[in-house]
Amino acid sequence: MADSSIPIGGSLDVTSHGRSTPTAIEWLHEWVVTVDHKKLGILYVVYAIFFLLVGGVEALLIRLQLAAPHNHFISPQTFNRLFTMHGTTMVFLVGMPFVFGFANYLVPLMVGARDMAFPRLNAFSFWMTAFGGLLLYYSFIGGSGLYGMGSAPDVGWWAYAPLTLRAFTPGHSTDYWALSLIVSGFGTVGAAVNIIATSLSMRCKGMTLLKMPLFVWLNLVVAGMVLVTITPLTAAQVMLVIDRYLGGHFFDTQAGGSAVVWMHFFWIFGHPEVYVLVLPAFAIANEIVPVFSRKAIFGYPAMVAASVGIAFISMTVWAHHMFTVGMTSFGNAFFTLSTMLVGIPTGIKIFNWLATMWGGKIRFATPMLFCTAFLIQFLVAGLTGIMLSAAPWNWQLHNSYFVIAHFHYVLVGAIVFCIFAGIYYWYPKVTGRLLNETLGKWHFWLFAIGFHVTFDFMHIPGLMGMPRSIYTYEPGRGWETWNLIVSIGGAIQGIATLIFAFNLFWSYFRGKRAGNDPWDAWTLEWSTSSPPPAYNFPVEPEVLSRRPLWDLKHPDDPDWRYE
Amino acid sequence: MSSVPLVATSAQKPWVLPSRGRVAMFCVIIAESAIFTIFVVAYVYYIGKSLYGPTPQKVLDVPIFNTVCLLSSSLTIWLAEHAIEKGKIVRFTLWWALTMTLGAIFLIGTGLEWRRLIEREGLTISTNLFGTTFYSLVGLHASHVIVGLTGLLIILIFAVTGHVKQQHAERIQVFALYWHFVDAVWVVVFTVVYIIGR
Repeated sequence: MADSSIPIGGSLDVTSHGRSTPTAIEWLHEWVVTVDHKKLGILYVVYAIFFLLVGGVEALLIRLQLAAPHNHFISPQTFNRLFTMHGTTMVFLVGMPFVFGFANYLVPLMVGARDMAFPRLNAFSFWMTAFGGLLLYYSFIGGSGLYGMGSAPDVGWWAYAPLTLRAFTPGHSTDYWALSLIVSGFGTVGAAVNIIATSLSMRCKGMTLLKMPLFVWLNLVVAGMVLVTITPLTAAQVMLVIDRYLGGHFFDTQAGGSAVVWMHFFWIFGHPEVYVLVLPAFAIANEIVPVFSRKAIFGYPAMVAASVGIAFISMTVWAHHMFTVGMTSFGNAFFTLSTMLVGIPTGIKIFNWLATMWGGKIRFATPMLFCTAFLIQFLVAGLTGIMLSAAPWNWQLHNSYFVIAHFHYVLVGAIVFCIFAGIYYWYPKVTGRLLNETLGKWHFWLFAIGFHVTFDFMHIPGLMGMPRSIYTYEPGRGWETWNLIVSIGGAIQGIATLIFAFNLFWSYFRGKRAGNDPWDAWTLEWSTSSPPPAYNFPVEPEVLSRRPLWDLKHPDDPDWRYE
Repeated sequence: MSSVPLVATSAQKPWVLPSRGRVAMFCVIIAESAIFTIFVVAYVYYIGKSLYGPTPQKVLDVPIFNTVCLLSSSLTIWLAEHAIEKGKIVRFTLWWALTMTLGAIFLIGTGLEWRRLIEREGLTISTNLFGTTFYSLVGLHASHVIVGLTGLLIILIFAVTGHVKQQHAERIQVFALYWHFVDAVWVVVFTVVYIIGR
């Protein structure tokens, strides 16, 4: 109550009204006008979880349609809208807000700061992202104009030209798509600027760059990547809007424009974007794996170097999405090799995590279960990635379900698993209560089984030639059984996610009290209370090593002696 | 609000971190550079690909006066930065006003060029591929000049009303970084549009 006032002009009464709980309008007002990094972090994550459920429902509708051949559960038009919205939602309204939610909440706490470097910019960034999402979903109502039924965009999340030109997609659905991504793109860049400024300029005393927690390091790298990957998308979207509204010819092949240029611009954004999403997943694993193995992370400098390496290499691989478009043999060789090169720093990371676990006293609590599954699944995803990076193999399997299975292995098997791990790990810090461990185990095992049933078997129809983005298929091609299995796996994942959502609610009211440091962890956020006070730390912390809480708990054997 | 006290007793070395304003402005500049890169790449790729006229060779004149004005505004803003750092407010205000004037002349010059192209040469953004790429690249730069002029004007109003003091030197220098960036980008746009593309 002390930091909220009633939204009436001139009312600056900051004294307590004698009530212990704020009224609903005060509570809401407080959340809308907040510039506190912790509240904004929570808003980001709640927003992402909401759209995770929306995008998940879209995926389940797609799977219902594909469960049997010649199915007429939904129309081809609806199917196109569903896969477009599913892709756009999961990348921009789920992945990115999760990334920034975690970073917002944790980066200031981990560097021992009072707040982000620019709290107002932080709030602005969140609301831009939020309005971007609303704009995208408003297309269901307003997509065809003000009369008649609305419709969502149906051009695929990659929105290849010339399909996106006015002549081929009349109405406003594609405009909603482009404008919503421009709007949320501004929010994304703002958040990235803030994360960089916070981790470079707000560190507490003693925290040199090489003493920052790896979580902060990786988010710093991600924010740096965002600056140069989201902006090309914004630029390309502006071009698309110029084409659609001002009669421009950027992607108009009838006036000398080029559809392939759009593909390049889109994937210059699109491929690094995968790393923008996966590096924060690594960041979460970097915190959880050591704490639950009871060992300091193995090869800290190598981890930092590998992350920076991934960031640089990932900028040079985009055209591996375009092998079938037709490039010179030099182009094919270059993008094959650069793509394979990403395997090296990524391999370094996997070995470092394994070496951290090796000989450790591993506690398989829910966060660690998710991280362990992540390690295995990310390895498989990386291996199919190496397969697809070879141009001839890619020619065979491009746009098949093998590709879909590969990137869902990364996006779900690595990113979503790590996000779940992160939520189980930091939920006690945010709410003061632990998530229920039994429900957590149910969630993990069901989700892992569902994941493998879906995405392991999805590779097979792809190898048999089933293309992506088709709304139905002929019987007798050997795809039916696999598709049915894949759909059943999807349903299992859906059930697991509902258990998770229930757990979030239930534990908020009934969960076990967490205390400051339920996992016996080592980074600064565990030194303050759960939930942390608005000012984070009563006294500005000062650190001597990468694990300040270890030093504090073990004064006889502190880390700074060895670093 | 129980917390573990984390203050260790170490040697009191000065703990210096980079200025967050500068860090943020450099980040914005990197992000903006990426946007410009995409537009410049599109412009260069589409040079000579227009299926019909008017062509840049026929209709474009090199805006030398404009360019000189914009580039010299980088020098005047640097002099203004220097003045505020030493606390010479009047000198700062004069250099700042001159910077704004030079920027405004550039913007008016671009407007006149566009009017000539649209009215006399019949080149609009939808006429051909050249028109599309020309107006969007030069327009992207001009929109940055407008943002810059808005910022310059706000600070000028503060300066004239006596609100700018020596302690604001750093903030002003952070803003000036943006103006230097706008000028530097013009060098690239100028080279691409009026030299390579013409």
